[in-house]
Amino acid sequence: MSTASIPVIELRQVTKTYGRGTAAMQALDGVDILIQPGEFVAVMGPSGSGKSTCMNILGCLDTPTTGSYLFQGVDVGKLSRDQRALLRRHYLGFVFQGYNLLNRTTALENVELPLIYRGDPAEVRHQRAREALAAVGLAGWEDHTPGELSGGQQQRVAIARAIVTQPGVLLADEPTGNLDTARSQEIMEILTRLNREQGITIVMVTHEPDMAAYARRTVHFRDGLVVGAHEEAA
Amino acid sequence: MFWNALLLAMREIRRNVLRSFLTILGIVIGVAAVIIMVTLGGGATVQVTQQIASLGSNLLIISPGKRLGPGQTVGAAPFSVDDTLALARDFPQLAAVAPMASRSMTVVYGNANWSTQITGTTNDYFKARNWATGSGRLFTESELRAGAAACVIGQTVRQKLFGNQDPIGVHIRVQKIACEVIGLLEPKGQSTMGTDQDDLVILPLRAFQRRIAGNQDVNIIQVSVREGASTTRAQQEIERLMRERRHLSENEENNFNVMDMKEITKMLTATTQVLTALLGAVAAVSLLVGGIGIMNIMLVSVTERTREIGIRLAIGALEREVLLQFLVEAAVLSSFGGLVGIVLALAASVGLASVLNVPFVFNASIVAIAFVFSAVVGLVFGYFPAKKAAQLDPIEALRHE
Repeated sequence: MSTASIPVIELRQVTKTYGRGTAAMQALDGVDILIQPGEFVAVMGPSGSGKSTCMNILGCLDTPTTGSYLFQGVDVGKLSRDQRALLRRHYLGFVFQGYNLLNRTTALENVELPLIYRGDPAEVRHQRAREALAAVGLAGWEDHTPGELSGGQQQRVAIARAIVTQPGVLLADEPTGNLDTARSQEIMEILTRLNREQGITIVMVTHEPDMAAYARRTVHFRDGLVVGAHEEAA
Repeated sequence: MFWNALLLAMREIRRNVLRSFLTILGIVIGVAAVIIMVTLGGGATVQVTQQIASLGSNLLIISPGKRLGPGQTVGAAPFSVDDTLALARDFPQLAAVAPMASRSMTVVYGNANWSTQITGTTNDYFKARNWATGSGRLFTESELRAGAAACVIGQTVRQKLFGNQDPIGVHIRVQKIACEVIGLLEPKGQSTMGTDQDDLVILPLRAFQRRIAGNQDVNIIQVSVREGASTTRAQQEIERLMRERRHLSENEENNFNVMDMKEITKMLTATTQVLTALLGAVAAVSLLVGGIGIMNIMLVSVTERTREIGIRLAIGALEREVLLQFLVEAAVLSSFGGLVGIVLALAASVGLASVLNVPFVFNASIVAIAFVFSAVVGLVFGYFPAKKAAQLDPIEALRHE
């Protein structure tokens, strides 16, 4: 890959503090992370270790208190709110634990939502959204609303929505947290395939070692710090 | 960007039928209540004004008796025909001087009978009241002089005795005399006091005095002042003349009363204005209540939609794009609700106006005011909560339940 020399994500001594004074809570305490294009990284750690805070910063949903975050070499801390929104729109895909689909809205319309904001014409939107749904194995479910879909199916719609813009990076915050083992494995297989076949960089937070095992590398968090990274045999 | 916002707004409206319906309902009720209220109020005002006009506003009514208070008099000697002649001779500013003597009696035609007001007067009465015949004619000079048994009747009497039949030339019986109907008056409708002005039979004064009353009394004199002349001055001069003719000394009070219809007109106009102001106030309150309804549904729906806003922001929507979508939604719902409200209100106003028997008066400015007010309320309360939500961090908005 031509951009292999520039890390897609680079955190340098990032800290995040919530609140002020005595009530201040240090969520991140100087985190360094380097992620190259095409990686599949699992982020693990106990509750309150700062891994979700870190994900929010990686997703440009939140900004570091100190330190810097370079996304493909660009310092996100220097971007405006709108610029960060545009960065999310064009380069990042999100998958949440709670799916976060629009209610009473069909799978197709949910998936094409990011394309509407991108300004794609209707035919292109429909075409891409159908392809994305097919890629997660939901061809034929286009007209179903979230209420008519199972949890696993809803999460797959959410993945289709995240990849429909063909982002460089997919951020998944406990994507299998609400699903049983069989559904979880389906989701993990989809993510693995996206990583291998489309070269999408994936960063995934998870509690479960079984799920982390799908990743090629695991980053462990404890008390706001990264405590050691090791490669998995992929 | 606008077309995207319109697309997203229309999708949200379509998806949330109940919420959209409630929003529209609030606006419809607000707009319709105001328009109906003001339209009917305007109709009532026009009706009162028309009634006042039908009375003739240059009219002075001279009646015997001391005035003790509004509408209260104690008896005194009646007037005579000579009083009338003196008034007509001395005051050229009077257009008409009509002596009147009345009595309530039953009139009979065939099997039909009807109790009505029988009045003896002259052709000046019709002039003073600005009243013309719909068919037939008024009295001739010789009929008046001779006291002929001829009569002019009002529409109500015609209807009660003849139905839709033509009454001209037919004889009706008043007490013991058979009286030929020579004229039928145009309808005047209800007076401002609520009495039926068309319920009357008019005879020549002399016929009434000789054949019915059996005396020479004149109970009331109605006088109309010429256009441009002062009714107040005419009133003062008439009072002076009548005091003279009735031999009242310097320190005696009037034993007659000259009433200016303009005073009554003024009073009624003032009443109507109070009524209109009251209706305006009621309309303002219902507009306010309608506005609060719109505000509530907008606030609730935006609060409920904070998570949706979070999702949109997280997948890369700009704050202004989310805002524009909410603004378009509010505008579409407000203007649609406003239009439905206007159509409903106008339909209801036309229906109610005919039921309540008042004229339908279209008031374009209140339609515009009601529409603009609701639209502005809808936009403002759709916009500001949405702005607050769109300014949240996406993460916070997403956590919102």
